[in-house]
Amino acid sequence: MNIHEYQGKALLKANGVPVLEGVHCTSVEQALAAYDRLGSKVVAVKSQIHAGGRGKGTLYNPETKEHVMDGGVKIAFSKDEVEKYSSHILGNLLVTIQTGDEGKVVNNLYIESGCEIEHEYYLALLVDRDNKSVLIMASTEGGMDIEDVAHNTPELIHKISVDPNSGLLGFQKRDLGMALGLSGAALKSFFKMLGKMYEMFVSNDCAMVEINPLVKNKNDEIIALDAKVSFDENAEFRHKNWDELRDLSEEEDVEIRAKETGLSYVKLDGNIGCLVNGAGLAMATMDVIKLYGGEPANFLDVGGGANEEQVKTAFSIILEDPNVKGILVNIFGGIMRCDIIARGVIAATEALSLDVPLVVRLAGTNVDEGKAILAASTLNIHPADDLAEGAKKIVSLIGGEA
Amino acid sequence: MAIWIEEDAKVLVQGITGKQGHFHADKMVEYGTNIVGGCTPGKGGQTVELQGKDYPVWDSMREAIAATDADATVIYVPPPFAGEAIMEAAEAFDAVKGEGVVVCITEGIPTLDMVKAVSYVYNRPGVRLIGPNCPGIITPGENGGAKIGIMPGHIHAKGRIGIVSKSGTLTYEAVAQTMSIDEGQSTCIGIGGDPVNGTGFIECLAAFEADEQTEAIVMIGEIGGNAEQEAAAWAAENVTKPIVGFVAGATAPPGKRMGHAGAIISGGKGTAEEKFAAFEAAGIACAKDPSELGAVLLESLKKAGLR
Repeated sequence: MNIHEYQGKALLKANGVPVLEGVHCTSVEQALAAYDRLGSKVVAVKSQIHAGGRGKGTLYNPETKEHVMDGGVKIAFSKDEVEKYSSHILGNLLVTIQTGDEGKVVNNLYIESGCEIEHEYYLALLVDRDNKSVLIMASTEGGMDIEDVAHNTPELIHKISVDPNSGLLGFQKRDLGMALGLSGAALKSFFKMLGKMYEMFVSNDCAMVEINPLVKNKNDEIIALDAKVSFDENAEFRHKNWDELRDLSEEEDVEIRAKETGLSYVKLDGNIGCLVNGAGLAMATMDVIKLYGGEPANFLDVGGGANEEQVKTAFSIILEDPNVKGILVNIFGGIMRCDIIARGVIAATEALSLDVPLVVRLAGTNVDEGKAILAASTLNIHPADDLAEGAKKIVSLIGGEA
Repeated sequence: MAIWIEEDAKVLVQGITGKQGHFHADKMVEYGTNIVGGCTPGKGGQTVELQGKDYPVWDSMREAIAATDADATVIYVPPPFAGEAIMEAAEAFDAVKGEGVVVCITEGIPTLDMVKAVSYVYNRPGVRLIGPNCPGIITPGENGGAKIGIMPGHIHAKGRIGIVSKSGTLTYEAVAQTMSIDEGQSTCIGIGGDPVNGTGFIECLAAFEADEQTEAIVMIGEIGGNAEQEAAAWAAENVTKPIVGFVAGATAPPGKRMGHAGAIISGGKGTAEEKFAAFEAAGIACAKDPSELGAVLLESLKKAGLR
């Protein structure tokens, strides 16, 4: 789960990590009041969306698609500029390298005090799946795309791995700071900041904290100038405050509804809907559809123990996508019984008066009963014995090559 | 022989009095698994009925292992308590007999809980963790066998193919594919699709290589991370038995989590293309469609003079 920069900064501040003063705004009036309140001559006017590359993004009018302004993060030197930039940003569509062409409408702004920067660094904390521990990465090459740095000059990225038994140790913080070339007061400031940030990472069940840039100012203070924070959704049960931090407008409405019913759904660009049990098999089903000349319209995992109601919800979610021209159901029953799935499929097709071709492949627990139920129905359901046959059938039924 | 779990392994169930734990314990007994009891803190001394027979429940894993000399445990504890359940099992196996297999089925355990649990298990070298968020491990026998997890037992048969996979239902697909060419399985392991888990591909490959019963291996990966690439590179140097592979997620868009917490392409890394290429470079015979795993396996067996 991602949160906005302004929320991430509030979290950093609450945990003792130095950030600049800033105000979250949702209107131009608020932005102007924020400028007065901050009392800083120079302020940053920052678009708040859940995607990176904001500074180099472009703003468009969401209706006319006309170009409005280059750059989703602007430095304003006067109140007039604050007014100009915030009115150009709010309500408009920000397209960045990470949003895709459709972009994201900016509903939130962050007005932040300026700061005299001596040097920009990169800092990230994340769970490293190879070492099975928290990894801290830092680089002197702040403000840049870190993947480029990793690719071109990997020696400029410094890493430390935190042993969960001992936690982040003093020498590790010192080593990392020294690797960044810090000394004296700046090294002390970095040392203290990193300890606080690690504590925050752990106590908040973060999945990632990325600060790009982390800066050193003229006074040798280390400050987080940006904050990209995401949480591990598995830990939601012990963080009641996440509900307030969640910006539902940043998530696909249909993906949220799917999740509420225990389904895992991701919309794709193709025209063949899929309904599958298990994440791996769901991905494999998409792959095989593509292999035989079709394009999957979605990823949908109904989970291990879906009931008739969930199957029905899954169908209605798939059919909300106007591109869907056919559906492939692929179930390998383990805990899930094929007869229950077959009944669910029939109930759903009747209730939703399904009018696109439907191919159903059943295997595993109670497969014979399941197949018999489908065969006995008067509905236009095409059975398949294996995944390849199912994929070929649905591709040819919607008029593709197979 | 099979790997890690013998046909008659003595198995405990953590969370045996819960709905999930009870349901699956019953299915395991039905398959023929040698369940010796379970553990639910606060319910020690009670019994649980599985397939018409009563099984004892203990308050702690130490008591349960001491009383039964269990070889393995399977965890169906809800996510908030599963990390600790893994550590309790690891500590108890280590203290009571110095070894044991801990299989964790639970899905949705916080990643940082797993970081702690995996490190805890790692410090007890006789203990092996499989999972979490996995279907478990099964060693089919002549008559029943040891099914430790949630997989449908009836699709398996004893044989010479070892199967290792990150995914649940895709493992069943692989099992069905071996059966379609009249091959059974030595042991099938679901290692799980979480970013931080216990046993990985390489340990499974090493065990299959050393196992007399196993003559060929099916390895199923998915997008995210680079465990498959590392396993492929390792296999090229260390595995002499034929390996057949598949990777799910060739059509998955980057940056989107595909169900499993670990199944996400980030920063252009961990794509199916990259993994297939690593497999092929290591001489692993790949199927681009899981329905062809059987045919590819048959081909590999013939090439190796095994059919």
